[in-house]
Amino acid sequence: MTRPRPRTHESESETRNPTGGGGATAMRLIVPLQGVVQGRGGLILGSLIPCALFYFFQLYLKRHRSPKPGSNPTSPSQSSSNLSDLQRSSSRSNLSSRGSIGPVQVSSRASSIAKPNDSPYYIGLDRVSGDPYDRLDNPNGIIQLGLSENRLCFDLIEKWLSENTKDSVMGRDGGDLSISGIAPYQPSDGLMEFKVAMADFMSQVMGRAVSFDPSQMVLTAGATPALEILCFCLADPGNAFLVPTPYYPGFDRDMRWRTGVDLIPVHCRSTDNFIISITALDQAFNQARKRGIKVRGILISNPSNPVGNLLPRETLYNLLDFAREKNIHIVSDEIFAGSMYGSEEFVSMAEILDMEDIDKNRIHIVYGLSKDLALPGFRVGVIYSFNESVLIAAKKLTRFSSISAPTQRLLISMVSDTRFIQEYIETNKKRIREMHDLFVEGLKQLGIKCAQSCAGLYCWADMSGLISSYSEKGELELWDKLLNIAKINVTPGSACHCIEPGWFRCCFTTLSQEDVVIVIERIRKVAETCKISS
Amino acid sequence: MERGLKVKDVADIFQQGSIWARERVEGPSLAWTLWVTLATFSQICCRLVADTPIKMRHLSTKATFNSHGQDSSYFLGWEEYEKNPYDEVQNPKGIIQMGLAENQLSFDLLESWLEKNPEPAGFKRDGKSIFRELALFQDYHGLPAFKRALVEFMAEIRGNRVSFDPNHMVLTAGATSANETLMFCLAEPGEAFLLPTPYYPGFDRDLKWRTEAEIVPIHCTSSNDFQITETALEAAYHEAQQRNLRVKGVLVTNPSNPLGTTLSRSELNLLISFITTKGIHLISDEIYSGTVFSSPGFVSVMEVLKDRNCDKSEVWNRVHIVCSLSKDLGLPGFRVGAIYSNDDMVVAASTKMSSFGLVSSQTQYLLSALLSDKKFTKNYISENQKRLKKRQNMLVMGLERAGISCLKSNAGLFCWVNMRHLLRSDSFEAEMELWKKIVYDVRLNISPGSSCHCTEPGWFRVCFANMTEETLDLAIQRLKDFVVEHTANGHSKSNNSSKNSNRKLLPKWVLRLSSSDRDHKPDER
Repeated sequence: MTRPRPRTHESESETRNPTGGGGATAMRLIVPLQGVVQGRGGLILGSLIPCALFYFFQLYLKRHRSPKPGSNPTSPSQSSSNLSDLQRSSSRSNLSSRGSIGPVQVSSRASSIAKPNDSPYYIGLDRVSGDPYDRLDNPNGIIQLGLSENRLCFDLIEKWLSENTKDSVMGRDGGDLSISGIAPYQPSDGLMEFKVAMADFMSQVMGRAVSFDPSQMVLTAGATPALEILCFCLADPGNAFLVPTPYYPGFDRDMRWRTGVDLIPVHCRSTDNFIISITALDQAFNQARKRGIKVRGILISNPSNPVGNLLPRETLYNLLDFAREKNIHIVSDEIFAGSMYGSEEFVSMAEILDMEDIDKNRIHIVYGLSKDLALPGFRVGVIYSFNESVLIAAKKLTRFSSISAPTQRLLISMVSDTRFIQEYIETNKKRIREMHDLFVEGLKQLGIKCAQSCAGLYCWADMSGLISSYSEKGELELWDKLLNIAKINVTPGSACHCIEPGWFRCCFTTLSQEDVVIVIERIRKVAETCKISS
Repeated sequence: MERGLKVKDVADIFQQGSIWARERVEGPSLAWTLWVTLATFSQICCRLVADTPIKMRHLSTKATFNSHGQDSSYFLGWEEYEKNPYDEVQNPKGIIQMGLAENQLSFDLLESWLEKNPEPAGFKRDGKSIFRELALFQDYHGLPAFKRALVEFMAEIRGNRVSFDPNHMVLTAGATSANETLMFCLAEPGEAFLLPTPYYPGFDRDLKWRTEAEIVPIHCTSSNDFQITETALEAAYHEAQQRNLRVKGVLVTNPSNPLGTTLSRSELNLLISFITTKGIHLISDEIYSGTVFSSPGFVSVMEVLKDRNCDKSEVWNRVHIVCSLSKDLGLPGFRVGAIYSNDDMVVAASTKMSSFGLVSSQTQYLLSALLSDKKFTKNYISENQKRLKKRQNMLVMGLERAGISCLKSNAGLFCWVNMRHLLRSDSFEAEMELWKKIVYDVRLNISPGSSCHCTEPGWFRVCFANMTEETLDLAIQRLKDFVVEHTANGHSKSNNSSKNSNRKLLPKWVLRLSSSDRDHKPDER
């Protein structure tokens, strides 16, 4: 009765006592006491009375502790004050909004969200939309390298559309034009046919190394709500996720805004090519515990955004072990799984689970069509989970973010056209590779090296040689120069919570080959002034 | 489930204890030993009690809480319907779905438009492909052309007596999301909104689940046709205060779901005065505005604000409108809703939040073409209203012949039906009993008033626009036969017998309903 499941409890006692010595004393107590309780008829009394005592004891403590959680909302930001502007600024606005009880009584959530975001990631995006580069109309505009968008393969989809749309939106199988398939209420978590098509598409994208079960799938209006819904399902306000840095700046918005959940950055280093180490994870986990923050999971992006590298199989196993040991979840964002240009093999979390007989309940995968099929406008995201309860809860939460039915119908026919998809994936990879090689080579000639990468729509460039001081300030100065003098918008590493200054994410799939030449030329000018001044 | 929660509690206590102990006690001491002993017992207890739901412990309270209460009897109706759905040919004895507020009466109009205008569905404008634009379009400000068309359509439905500014509009994935977003924007966790009863059962989920806001009912009664009165408003406000909840606003549906009536000018004036004096918000959910089929016509809260010259005052910023194309245009599958607000902060915040539920660019483009066709919209609005009126009339007359009366309505896709005289006693237990009979024996799935938090037993919401005329005829016939048999058996009691003094006490399952849902239940509103 007591023996078969020691694992979870051991992990509890371990987290209680990092040294392990206390765990042993606890065990020494547990064993005789269990004997007393189980042996005789006093079982109920023996367990109930101390439990009740303990409960009231804790209740008493809780009462006395309560002022502390009250001040909690600010503490996470304090803890991460060594990080980027983003967290600091949002916490600042949080405080000020609470302080000023003005005539407009919107919630503090709204007032902090309504404020303009002062992360360079968003500032850059805004600047571009005000003055976008165009070869003919606005040759002096800002060139967008800050948005991971793929414009390389539109011709393929356009061709498919011109051949197929007639029947795809309205009628099934080219039957009669009928609106009754799209107008009425549909299941909020997506049409079953679309789930089946998506499961096959995901498997195809991942080279058929793994198969997906449509019944474990929940469809949402983009990966953004998919992440938020998972966050709502897995964590309570005040809980936290561990996130290896550098990470996608949008996570701060998607995961934290409305859920009240915190993200704890776990720093990765360029010397490890930004691959997460379990030691760093363990440290972050223990620190969070010490501060009284409950860690509910790890959020990884694989292929990584912004670095573009893949998590090796070995690391995935280690992550699984870590999650099991700490009894936490893993959310794996695999939205770039099909945008590969290197020769390395991509290993999905699902593939590991396929082979291993392990506790799958803690693994959740996020996917979408915004990157691999270059359709962000169509808003298709996927939650793929092995946890029945999470699936049930997530399905209900899709009420607030379901995909429009005509879009689903159109995509069902597009995505189930396996021949087209195969051709698309291959051509897409080839074109991303060409663009990557061209861009990275251009940077190399300027003496800028990129982190080793093999996936994504971007490269992770090391411009630390160009910054005036080796600090976040120096990095942001360079970013400012690139934006205002060179007129290119890149994402500085600090926006991605990178701990080493001087790294920039440059997306190259929005460019044409001619644009690359211009971009490199523009960077060269800034690079030269930087070198002269230093 | 119950056991799982206990285990979870114990585990939480345990964890809290561990953090507490480590903060204060260094190494073994008396306190440490005491704590370890107690924690150990709790651990043993945990092991004894738990066999199953260890995994549940690691989900958020929202996720675990949500899955409770699925055994609620209300969902039996949906379950039964799915097991045995009516089909004219294949299953003529099946259950007829009358719990779904969906408008299928004007599909032919939409279809013929699409047939005549194939370009928008094929990503074309003037013969040229605009696919590239749409594929990448994920701006949460929405497609400008679509927003322009949508505000004009809204104004048209309101007789062009008011106009709307597209810059004050935020697009969302359906009105469900619009309502939730407004809640996120206006209320902190634990703050309350007042809602007149009966109200749409889904509000208990949409407004509360993730936002952790609260709903306090404004009790309306049949004595004045469920109109909102000042006394009722004040009583609700008072009740909220007594429950220690800060009231942040009032939310009304106009036209009302489930009543099918529009708010009168005097009710709207009353509401505006109320929110002015209390300094709170008003959300007017006007998703049924296009279904108003007879007089008195629809009056939007915006109109009343204009008439009162409120557009310069502070109240102007505190009124927010929710609209959608799910009912007005009968396109719930397209998931298009919108928030309209004069408050810049609300617009800014909800625009950013809309990234959690954007409308697909393909859908926006298709609908912008549809709604910009003024000839089509004009014809659609009037034709649709005509058909709804005919349908509603058919149901009301049919029920009348069966000796059942309806609340006089002028809008919506449903009637609010009074079957009080068929109840065995004046209680919600009796309502449940009757409702079960109607689902199992009469084989009609209708919604009981208690699910809408109605304070009087015996009312039911019956939808009429999601089926063919023949099916509606059959449904009425079935109900009529049931009433005849019922009366012959002498089950009914005199209608005017003593009113149950505690009729305001809702049965427990209604309370449970607030957190419950079923998987397969279509997400209708």
